[in-house]
Amino acid sequence: MMRTLGHIVSRDILLAIRRRADVATTLFFFVIVASLFPLGMGPEPKLLRAMAPGILWVAALLASMLSLGRLFDADYADGCLEQLMLVPEPLALVVIGKVMAHWLISGLPLVLIAPVIALQFDLPAGSLGTLLLALLLGTPLLSLIGAIGAALTVGVRGGGVLVSLLVLPLYVPVLIFGAGAVDASATGMDASGHLSILGALLLLGMVLAPWATAAALRISLE
Amino acid sequence: MKLNWFKYASPATFYPLAGKLIPWFALSAAGLTLAGLYLSFFVAPTDFQQGESYRIIFIHVPAAWMSMFIYIVMAGWAAAGLIFNTRLSSMMANALAPTGALFTFIALWTGAFWGKPTWGAWWVWDARLTSELILLFLYLGFLALHAAIDDTRRADRASALLALVGAVNVPIIYFSVKWWNTLHQGASVSMTMAPKMAATMLLGMLIMALACWMYSIAAALARVRCIILEREQQAEWLAKLTQEPA
Amino acid sequence: MNWKSLGDFIAMGGYGFYVWGAYLVTAALITAEILMLRLRRRAVEKARRMQALLSEQVKHETTP
Repeated sequence: MMRTLGHIVSRDILLAIRRRADVATTLFFFVIVASLFPLGMGPEPKLLRAMAPGILWVAALLASMLSLGRLFDADYADGCLEQLMLVPEPLALVVIGKVMAHWLISGLPLVLIAPVIALQFDLPAGSLGTLLLALLLGTPLLSLIGAIGAALTVGVRGGGVLVSLLVLPLYVPVLIFGAGAVDASATGMDASGHLSILGALLLLGMVLAPWATAAALRISLE
Repeated sequence: MKLNWFKYASPATFYPLAGKLIPWFALSAAGLTLAGLYLSFFVAPTDFQQGESYRIIFIHVPAAWMSMFIYIVMAGWAAAGLIFNTRLSSMMANALAPTGALFTFIALWTGAFWGKPTWGAWWVWDARLTSELILLFLYLGFLALHAAIDDTRRADRASALLALVGAVNVPIIYFSVKWWNTLHQGASVSMTMAPKMAATMLLGMLIMALACWMYSIAAALARVRCIILEREQQAEWLAKLTQEPA
Repeated sequence: MNWKSLGDFIAMGGYGFYVWGAYLVTAALITAEILMLRLRRRAVEKARRMQALLSEQVKHETTP
């Protein structure tokens, strides 16, 4: 079981390394979107500091959503997805592998670069840790929820735009608690409440989302 | 005696039944609306705090109730369609979605028209308003997903799964929005939903809610009949049904 | 009775714009839904009639 999981994860990562441009695109998208806000709102440091948690999280949401197309579509196009569904393991396990790989490819780089972007917004150094932790808890959840939407729209015309319509409303709790945690620590309050809820949501998502994604894949490919 | 519930799960038996039921629901919807409007405009007294503007709640609150209730019913039909694999369940879920979206929009619209004179703003990021807006997005996602997939069976099942995922998420979304709202309580708007309600006010609201129920059932049944006709073009029972003079 | 005259009723104690703005738009939306349902119904029935006509024709042509 673990071997299957490992195979799926390492295969997806290998594929991503061979096509590095895709990974870089998501990352640059995140950086560029976050950098556009100061240009739109003016460089007033107080304003930027207040808006930073929200902007960083919205940018992370959009970047994560943008990369959802890669989750199943390429495998669907070359027929791999149907082969993966024949693996003699629960389909949910395959899904977990794919989601893990997706997070490692498009979520983790984002988490790592976010503190640098946060400095652009003059976020106090003390809340950088909270930002890192919140993103670390929240971005896997984005991948998990997004996988459901990606699985539902596999092979559908105009799936990319459709996915955003399906998935963004479901991202709302992640956005609220993720940005809330950073906001709380930036204003000198305790962020542990937000982080605990984010962790609880992540656990809930880890239990339910792979199962729902597997069901969605079966519906899409039957 | 054992009742066979699945008898009406087949479009062939449900189609004529729905046809017979629609006029009754439509008539009671019309009657209840008239009675409710009479109560809400001519019997219910003026609210001493909000003046006449409060009369908007007679559609606002029933519409908001319906928007949430229809989503639950829709998710229920969607679940039934996934579990029992009955065609009619998915059709019912699809028939309910546009009406549910309509009521969500009405709740938002009337909420804005009520909020402007009461809070001084068309839109307030209040927990209830925000959740309602996200509910509208969920309805739109459901409709868009169904419209984007050409194969009816896949469209039915995919949107059913989405409805279920949404139903699991709605409480989480509501809770998180509420939490977020209490943290960001910048503007001090009083969030008391209704003024102290006189009995006639409550009665008017309940009757309007009942009217909305009847209307929703009639609209959903009419739509499900259209869906059945569209999908079962080739079915023999339909040919028989339409050959006989109605 | 709450209203002294029709003008009084329409004015809604100064809140006429809001009250009627809410109610009239709701009425318009519900009417629109009913009309759309009716149009959909007509379109389906028309398609079915055409199909019946077509199959009738095919029958005539194949059984001379």
